[in-house]
Amino acid sequence: MAAISKIATGNGHGENSPYFDGWKAYEANPFHPIDRPDGVIQMGLAENQLSFDFIEKWLMEHPESSLCTAEGVDKFKETALFQDYHGLPEFRQAVAKFMGKVRGDRVKFDSDRIVMSGGATGAHEMLAFCLVDPGEALLVPTPYYPGFDRDLRWRTGVELVPVVCESTNDFMITIDALEAAYLKAQEAKLRVKGLLITNPSNPLGTFMNKETLNNIVRFVNEKNIHLISDEIYAATVFMEPEFVSISEIIEEVECNRDLIHIVYSLSKDMGFPGFRVGIVYSYNDVVTNCARKMSSFGLVSSQTQQLIASMLSDDDFIDNFVSDSKDRLFKRHKYFTWSLAQVGIGSLNSNAGLFIWMDLRKLLKEKTFDAEMELWRVIIDDVKLNVSPGSSFHCHEPGWFRVCFANMDDNTMEVALSRIRNFMVKHNETVVPPRNKLWRRTSLKLSLSRRMDDFIMSPSILSPQSPLPQSPLVRART
Amino acid sequence: MGVLSRKATCNSHGQDSSYFLGWQEYEKNPYDEVTNPHGIIQMGLAENQLSFDLLESWLAKNPDAASFRRDGQSIFKELALFQDYHGLPAFKNALVDFMAEIRGNKVTFDPNHIVLTAGATSANETLMFCLAEQGDAFLLPTPYYPGFDRDLKWRTGVEIVPIECTSSNRFQITASALEKAYEQAQKKNLRVKGVLVTNPSNPLGTSMTRDELDLLVNFISDKEIHLISDEIYSGTVFSSPAFVSIMEVLKDRNLEKTEVWERVHIVYSLSKDLGLPGFRVGAIYSNDPIVVAAATKMSSFGLVSSQTQYLLSAMLSDKKFTKEYIAKNHKRLQKRRSKLVAGLEKAGIGCLESNAGLFCWVDMRHLLSSDTFEAEMELWKRIVYDVKLNISPGSSCHCIEPGWFRVCFANMSEDTLKLAMQRLKSFVGSIAVNDRSHRDLKNSRRKFRTKWVFRLSFQSFHDREQDER
Repeated sequence: MAAISKIATGNGHGENSPYFDGWKAYEANPFHPIDRPDGVIQMGLAENQLSFDFIEKWLMEHPESSLCTAEGVDKFKETALFQDYHGLPEFRQAVAKFMGKVRGDRVKFDSDRIVMSGGATGAHEMLAFCLVDPGEALLVPTPYYPGFDRDLRWRTGVELVPVVCESTNDFMITIDALEAAYLKAQEAKLRVKGLLITNPSNPLGTFMNKETLNNIVRFVNEKNIHLISDEIYAATVFMEPEFVSISEIIEEVECNRDLIHIVYSLSKDMGFPGFRVGIVYSYNDVVTNCARKMSSFGLVSSQTQQLIASMLSDDDFIDNFVSDSKDRLFKRHKYFTWSLAQVGIGSLNSNAGLFIWMDLRKLLKEKTFDAEMELWRVIIDDVKLNVSPGSSFHCHEPGWFRVCFANMDDNTMEVALSRIRNFMVKHNETVVPPRNKLWRRTSLKLSLSRRMDDFIMSPSILSPQSPLPQSPLVRART
Repeated sequence: MGVLSRKATCNSHGQDSSYFLGWQEYEKNPYDEVTNPHGIIQMGLAENQLSFDLLESWLAKNPDAASFRRDGQSIFKELALFQDYHGLPAFKNALVDFMAEIRGNKVTFDPNHIVLTAGATSANETLMFCLAEQGDAFLLPTPYYPGFDRDLKWRTGVEIVPIECTSSNRFQITASALEKAYEQAQKKNLRVKGVLVTNPSNPLGTSMTRDELDLLVNFISDKEIHLISDEIYSGTVFSSPAFVSIMEVLKDRNLEKTEVWERVHIVYSLSKDLGLPGFRVGAIYSNDPIVVAAATKMSSFGLVSSQTQYLLSAMLSDKKFTKEYIAKNHKRLQKRRSKLVAGLEKAGIGCLESNAGLFCWVDMRHLLSSDTFEAEMELWKRIVYDVKLNISPGSSCHCIEPGWFRVCFANMSEDTLKLAMQRLKSFVGSIAVNDRSHRDLKNSRRKFRTKWVFRLSFQSFHDREQDER
């Protein structure tokens, strides 16, 4: 029988990772407030669901943006036929403008460098094909998004070498870590072609400061390797300081621009993962041309290009949307981390992304990944929350979990928090502060909603350094 | 600069081929009835522009489908978040029904065996990744769609070995051609993983006979290899013989659930039948669940926009509409093809008898100065630059006989087609004049006069043309 390829039958798709096991548990028993109140709550999905009402309102006010309505139908034929891999000019211009806005208009993007791809997933694979040959390697700081194992390696034959980051310095990338990774690759006889960073970071929810970025730029120039900066979470930076993009750094620091490439997408900032709008922005002309040809394998539907062009060109709407979206993310993040802190759960101090990097090291039976998996199983099976274990992100220290907070409504968030509180109450071995006794399941909902209103109204949420009581149990990192 | 990959620096993207050069020339000087009446007419683009009015009228009657609404309620959020690579169930159901309808409902398709991809471009590449290793080969009958050189080979590292077909039997696949190709591959130390056919054929515009399909089934059984049937033009079969899908043949031969059954895969798309290439809707249909599973995961690299899936699920679920569309579309394609064929005849040019597709396979062998590909290129350049028609030379489709050209007919208005035919007729007429002049004259002065005579006669034909309009 004719065999199928090794790629097809192997595990390179990465779906046997625990990252996906939790999803499967969720799919088997998904939470629903009425039909399945004891189901698993999905906290493993980094989606931005907080601001759809703004978009829906805009759509109602702009029927012509959907080219198939009476108002937009005269564009139907032209759009339906448009398969040019350069992309609709209006689409490219609107995306370039949006990318500039998200960076405070401190840099301008050239619409001719905007290349489409099948989501950021397609963009990463495409760049790997353009920059790296099979058997060569990319350096990636840990912890990193599990999808990279598939996107960068599966069909390309490229290897990934981790740049190990540690909690001792908040997982920041150091020159030492970069050099160590480079050396390790060389020892393994792997030729390093580039470094991939995700900034703001998934799963950390933090972004890099100028010093780190400058070091990175210096490093790649010195080694003459490429730098891919995945900035998919750029507009989810909900708190000061402002995000600094690689596009800004290269204006200030000496750099060979042919090495610099940005990956972007509308899946997180706008909340449109279904529309598959991925972007490759390279400062290298040869790469731009090659990527453009490759984009044939994952062009953005012209129907969607038309919609996006229309929406992103509406300056007033977009300005308001971005700031409103950040505001909602900020509130949700603050409430979530504050609530966790109340029960002695800390997380990495973060100001971006759709998730927190939760610190459960103190809950591990021992400092091992087996213990992490054990704890994770308890969280999925008993607490009924799908969270993502740090090991699936290749974190070098056990005990960290990525927990998403922007993909559910307020009620679901409350249910999730109450489950966490109950879990912590059960597992607390020392005396629980008296006020916690009030948080029994029966009175939970009422007290929680009151607490949330109090929280939202409280001026303390405006200060990142709010003096919140810390549990003696866990030295929280808020 | 940091060194790039070999893929980035090689030519396997195939864009240096003449197929694309003609497009480039067209883009520099595109014909427009009003603003550029002497520009190049695009006849190298296999698009179906004949039935948009039907689509537009459906849209006008069904505004919800494109406005993110279902039963008057907004489902924007649901669609915006939907990135499941299994695809929208309603869309897959509608798509398999449509595919069955195109095949006269003689076969049915299981929506669980369909994988949605970003166009047939992505479907074909994905199948290569699933079925072949780098360095393996697929056999393709020539002439074939130039895009395959990129889609099947570029990033996959797979090789294509041609199954040579000739005009002696209307370019049909023969057993000996198949064997010859297989041996060729072996001589090159290439492991053959399968055969890929386009049925109906691009560029021939013909659908495969049952004999050819039987031959293929026998061949892949014997060699234990895969068969990919790219049926992207299945909805454009406008006259007899009726389209016979590979699935029908397998069914008729009681080969369902056998080994061979699992080695047959179909590629489909809505780019040609519905004329929606911009929407990037492709599909892989496989009887092998392992291939389906692998291809589904790979589709992450090129999913169909949920916005588009929803619109098309509504459209294709409207059975009244699909029935009417298929019938009317066929009629229009048939009529338009007849006009092209008639126009070519007036210019003394014949073409392969065809019953499908958006183009004709035109025979200009008699216009070649010699039976060579150089002469074909020479003729092609004159047609692009002087006659101002972008047509596709057979060599770009890997045809082994010089003198054949693919000429599209469904991507322009009737008037534009008429004009194109007039230009062609004039050109052919002027070649005749030129030939006579060459034979009569002996020295360089006369040669100079020839050029002048050629231009004049061409010009006067051209002036007459204007009067006729």
